Amino acid sequence: MWIQIILVVGVVVVGLFLTRPSGRDSHLALRRLFLAAFVVAAVGSIIFPQWLTYVANLVGVGRGTDLLLYGFVLAFLIYVSTTYRRNVQLDRKLTRLARDLALAEARIEDSHPETAPPSAPKGDD
Amino acid sequence: MTAAPSNVPDVAGGRDSEAWIIIPLYNEATVIARVVTELLERFEHVVCIDDGSTDGSAAVAAAAGARVIRHPVNLGQGAALQTGLAYVTTKPDARYIVTFDADGQHRIEDAEGMLRAAREHGTAIVFGSRFLDDRTQPGWLKKVILKTAVWVTNRTTGLRLTDAHNGLRVIRTDAARLVDLQQDRMAHATEIVFQLGRTKLPWEEYPVELLYTDYSKGKGQSVLNSVNILVDLLVR
Repeated sequence: MWIQIILVVGVVVVGLFLTRPSGRDSHLALRRLFLAAFVVAAVGSIIFPQWLTYVANLVGVGRGTDLLLYGFVLAFLIYVSTTYRRNVQLDRKLTRLARDLALAEARIEDSHPETAPPSAPKGDD
Repeated sequence: MTAAPSNVPDVAGGRDSEAWIIIPLYNEATVIARVVTELLERFEHVVCIDDGSTDGSAAVAAAAGARVIRHPVNLGQGAALQTGLAYVTTKPDARYIVTFDADGQHRIEDAEGMLRAAREHGTAIVFGSRFLDDRTQPGWLKKVILKTAVWVTNRTTGLRLTDAHNGLRVIRTDAARLVDLQQDRMAHATEIVFQLGRTKLPWEEYPVELLYTDYSKGKGQSVLNSVNILVDLLVR
């Protein structure tokens, strides 16, 4: 069955995609290409409803709706993986930002030991 | 990058001024004061990196005499450790950094022993290991998890350690400058071994005892957390 090969390859590729070091621009480009393909496919299946079933039969799936479901599963997986990666990147940025802030505050405190930090007053003041 | 032993006296009674203690601190208000007070008897510089505690840990640690650096939000132990390393490596009089846990499960004598070993043997990194002798008695499940962590760490880092995820380490500042932890959460314990191993600086392990108090047991790593560590290491 073609659909089994296509789906297994798709799932494995998404999995590998996750562990690969990221080039963010290529990720963005892939997401946009994916969206474009989605639009074309959606318009196509609206104008020619039998088109989906035809393609489904080509890859060994009985009905077009089943093919649609498989497509959604893959798309969801891709969405989850790209979102996860974006979150990791955002976390990294947040950490850097927070660290630089903490270190800047520490530098100020070290150079002016008499000024207590406003956020958390020292107990011995 | 000289490996010459330091000539700063390690005299009993005096306080070690070139070894800086860094303690990642997150909601440990009930124990941090005692840990800081005891450390300050032996060490001049104790730095707590408060990782957005909500129970007033930062104020408690500051009152006990620690230098407190505050993360504005909670980021994770790895992030706090990296902030501590970044802070101390800017200090010209710092020669060694000792990473220490806030929950009081490490012994100060072990930290001093590790520093002595680093100075005498000229090693840049000393890892504490609870499995070099049989003083520490973790439960069997914890033992299985820790041994798995050791296996994963050794496979990914190329070092041959007997313990992983032990918070007690001595890192010479030249080695610490080469560390840049990206893992904010617990997976940093593997990452730091990896990055320190990559420096090719001399390292050793030192037998330490972990005091499994009821308090530290309650805070210990759960089985589920080890799943998080694996995923964090695998998926970047």
